[in-house]
Amino acid sequence: MAVFSLSKEATAEAAIEAAALRSDRFRQDREADWKRLEAIVTRMEKGRLRRIADEDVLALPVLYRTVASSLSVARETSLDAATLSYLESLVQRAWFLVYGPRTTLWSWLGRFFGGEWSRAVRSIWKEMGVALVLMIAGTVIGWQLVLIDPDWYYALVPTDPADPRVPGASAEALKGVMFGNQGQDGLSMFAAYLFSHNAGVAILCFALGFAFGIPPLLLLIHNTAMLGALLWLHDDKGLLIDIIGWLSIHGTTELLAILLSGAAGLHVGRSMAFPGERGVLEAAAAAGQRAAVVMAGVILMLVCAGMLEGLGRQLIDDTTQRLVVGYSILAFWLAYFFLFRRVPVASDAE
Amino acid sequence: MSQDRPKRSDRRRTLVTPEGIALPLVLASRGTRFGALLIDLVIILVLMTVVTIAAIYSGIGLLELVGKEFDKTEGSLKYSLEFLVILYIAVMFLFRHAYFLFFELGPRGATPGKRATGIRVAARHGGRLTTEMVLARNLLRDVEIVLPLVALITAASEGGIYSWVSLLWFGVFALFPFFNRDRLRAGDLVAGTWVVEAPKSKLEVALSTTESAASGTSTATGASYKFGEEELAIYGEYELQTLERVLREDRHEAMVAVHEAICRKIGWNPGTGDERAFLEAYYTQLRARLESGMRMGQRKADKHA
Repeated sequence: MAVFSLSKEATAEAAIEAAALRSDRFRQDREADWKRLEAIVTRMEKGRLRRIADEDVLALPVLYRTVASSLSVARETSLDAATLSYLESLVQRAWFLVYGPRTTLWSWLGRFFGGEWSRAVRSIWKEMGVALVLMIAGTVIGWQLVLIDPDWYYALVPTDPADPRVPGASAEALKGVMFGNQGQDGLSMFAAYLFSHNAGVAILCFALGFAFGIPPLLLLIHNTAMLGALLWLHDDKGLLIDIIGWLSIHGTTELLAILLSGAAGLHVGRSMAFPGERGVLEAAAAAGQRAAVVMAGVILMLVCAGMLEGLGRQLIDDTTQRLVVGYSILAFWLAYFFLFRRVPVASDAE
Repeated sequence: MSQDRPKRSDRRRTLVTPEGIALPLVLASRGTRFGALLIDLVIILVLMTVVTIAAIYSGIGLLELVGKEFDKTEGSLKYSLEFLVILYIAVMFLFRHAYFLFFELGPRGATPGKRATGIRVAARHGGRLTTEMVLARNLLRDVEIVLPLVALITAASEGGIYSWVSLLWFGVFALFPFFNRDRLRAGDLVAGTWVVEAPKSKLEVALSTTESAASGTSTATGASYKFGEEELAIYGEYELQTLERVLREDRHEAMVAVHEAICRKIGWNPGTGDERAFLEAYYTQLRARLESGMRMGQRKADKHA
């Protein structure tokens, strides 16, 4: 390295003034700006935003453009490879910050609830229709299979030996599962577990949608076939409305969330299979980002569903009340998704 | 050097900023990304283990407290235990699903593993990296990591045509970066992102402003190096950059070799002991010549041009 002592550098000053290249004088004139930008960028990258002076934050875009124009000029006038690569990487680092994910969590949540989520859900309504048809078909298939041969029940519903809900069980045994659990311990733990489990399933359901949409369809059908079998079992003992209430209180939210995640996955798969006029990559990215918004909402819905299932279902011990709670929540979701049409502020759309 | 150059140039991409400036980008190599992933997974596993152990110990602690002193507070014990379990489930969920989100949304766009390996996430089309993109790219990790692993373990332990087919199927997602030019994993494809080498920048000293370089006079021997027009005309920008690299690396043998080569080319008699001053002077004067050519719109790419 050409490291010279300070005194030598001082004596060299005169020589520089006289003989240095024009491109070096260009560099010397602007080096202070470059260093300042570098210092700001380094501090911001370390995430110490609060410790950065306001004037520095304000200076960032200005300095970014100054240094970017230095780079343009240097590319045309300088052959100092070190300076050029320094400028290139400095501009790039600043670019990442100037055009980085700038929103705070709160402003993102504001936009999310303020219209972006419901808009994303509306944009996948076709896939929601497909998913709904499949889920209904799954339920019917499950019901019919068990109707034809009750042994199907064991294939469709994972039963553990302690579960009294098997073909041939008495109405009392079935009722025992559905009612009279208020005094149980650990309900909130149960709710948290349910959330964590269901959220995992929903993410999986979405992720599989990437595989051109076929696996989530099977997942949807399989899950609802189980539902159909369960419904048949209770209908057999005249408890259909009770099981619907027992399932509805959380199921309207949970099944809607599962439906949305399946639909979101399907949406991505479909836009890759049929990208339209855009390229596959672009179509996939656009659909993926829309689907991501839907999925963020699905996770929140599953938090609600977990609480309703773990707490609400045990504490509300009456079928009518369960139905009322379940379907008013469903009405709320649908109204929010399809009637709430505020267009989010486009401040972040640049 | 010359061997890895084609590999690296294969990963070069150009990004055009909204200001219209083309910036060179280098995509992260698959090996680097795998390394980053391993680091992150180890961090997550360690965090999970630590939290689990802490939870078990505080659970035992709570139980012991009751046994000794607080016999009457059994109700509150139940609630504390319940709270502990809920907290535990929530924290585990966050470690598993929010770790990548949290870090990639930060100003560096990189998880600790990516930082350690010097890479980061960026939007593919030069625009802003949005929250939606980061969400989308991390929703697919299950299909890319967990399911292929499960399929692999099942196939290896149980065998059977079904498990091999599923291994093949999920293998496609796990090995997705090998099937496209931009090394996108499935999550990148769906999110519109890619992973690039994080730019590192350090401004090196200008070689042409040292005393001997600027004046063409050696500080050690006092010898003066002035090169004529035809002595400078033989080389172009490529050779200038090579010379700059040799000077910055400052390895004596390399400088002697280059010094000899230049002297032979321009018909000087190579002396010894003052190579650095000679090369600095030649570098500065060659750069001055080429840069003044640039201002006239004449560029000379290399010695053949």
